Amino acid sequence: MAAALICVISVAVFLQFFVSYCRSILAVSRKVELSDRVREVSGIANRSVGGDDFSKLVQLVRLCPEQGDDETEIRAVGTYYGLLRIIKYFSTFLIPGFGPWTERERQGCSHFAAVALDRRISYSRDLFTQQVADRT
Amino acid sequence: MLGPFDYALWIVGFLVEIGVVVCVIYRRDLLRYLSLTIYLLCVALVNCGQYFYVEHYGFSSQQYFYYYYYTESILTILLFWTIIQFYQQMFREMNVTGYIRGAAVLLLLATALFSYIVVHENRGHLTTRFVVELGQNLHFVGMVLTYLLWGAILKLRETRTRLIQMVLALGVYFSATACTYALRNLFPGLQPSVLRWVPPIMGVWLPIAWAYTFARVSEDSRLATARLVARAR
Repeated sequence: MAAALICVISVAVFLQFFVSYCRSILAVSRKVELSDRVREVSGIANRSVGGDDFSKLVQLVRLCPEQGDDETEIRAVGTYYGLLRIIKYFSTFLIPGFGPWTERERQGCSHFAAVALDRRISYSRDLFTQQVADRT
Repeated sequence: MLGPFDYALWIVGFLVEIGVVVCVIYRRDLLRYLSLTIYLLCVALVNCGQYFYVEHYGFSSQQYFYYYYYTESILTILLFWTIIQFYQQMFREMNVTGYIRGAAVLLLLATALFSYIVVHENRGHLTTRFVVELGQNLHFVGMVLTYLLWGAILKLRETRTRLIQMVLALGVYFSATACTYALRNLFPGLQPSVLRWVPPIMGVWLPIAWAYTFARVSEDSRLATARLVARAR
């Protein structure tokens, strides 16, 4: 009985902590302006980042060399994005009021992925510059 | 039998724990995060001990089993100290550090007394069920303490991003681990296939999340907590 109670409470608390943690990461990345370079690379030069751009941006992130300290956060936000997709799917039939909120959150996830991509591009450039400098 | 994934988790966890300790010392934040640094150092030492036990006695041995579960219980109690230091950071301006310290000592004494009574009553059969029960209870207490701290952060509109992210990461760790222990108590059959992976993954998650916070979020960074509570408008 006690184990079942602990299990139910833990799942509820876990979801709350996990969503808040992901939102705190998104809130920090929202403050970062995207560079023209990343907008050009990801094909969003003339518009704002959309919720559907997330998968494409994460694929681009995977193509860049890892910096080693953001992989867990990308996975966590990816899981949150998956959760939002499920909520969006069900909210269309059940709670239409959730629609705009999920879209805003998905945009936040895409913006986070774009910031990660920007950071990794800068890192790749630094690596390249360093290699060129070592050769000469 | 341990596989490559177990060893990978072990090595990554160990390296990140040492990395966070070095980062805290390098940035001269040792006093501010003293309990966290000591906790991570102890986890790294316990990891080395686990390797020793696996090499000498084997993964399925009783020695490794008891070493794993009892060191985990001690580490959880050590993690309570980290939570208490977060409480102190949170309520620093309210000048209630003395009360928090007193409450912390009382809590630790109560936990120690409770554990002693449980161990004393079960000394004839310190079985698997007992260590799982103890782990479940300790993690549940940790989760409640973290949840209360999170409630205080929201209520007092704390804005320090670093503190917020570290507390949230701790909450994810405690709730996931407490849930795993409870599920193990309810469905022991799930342990070998599914549940055995969760504590090591969570054990790596916590230092990685803290490492990310130290690397990406400055001490001066601020965040409105109202943005973190999910509400559909």
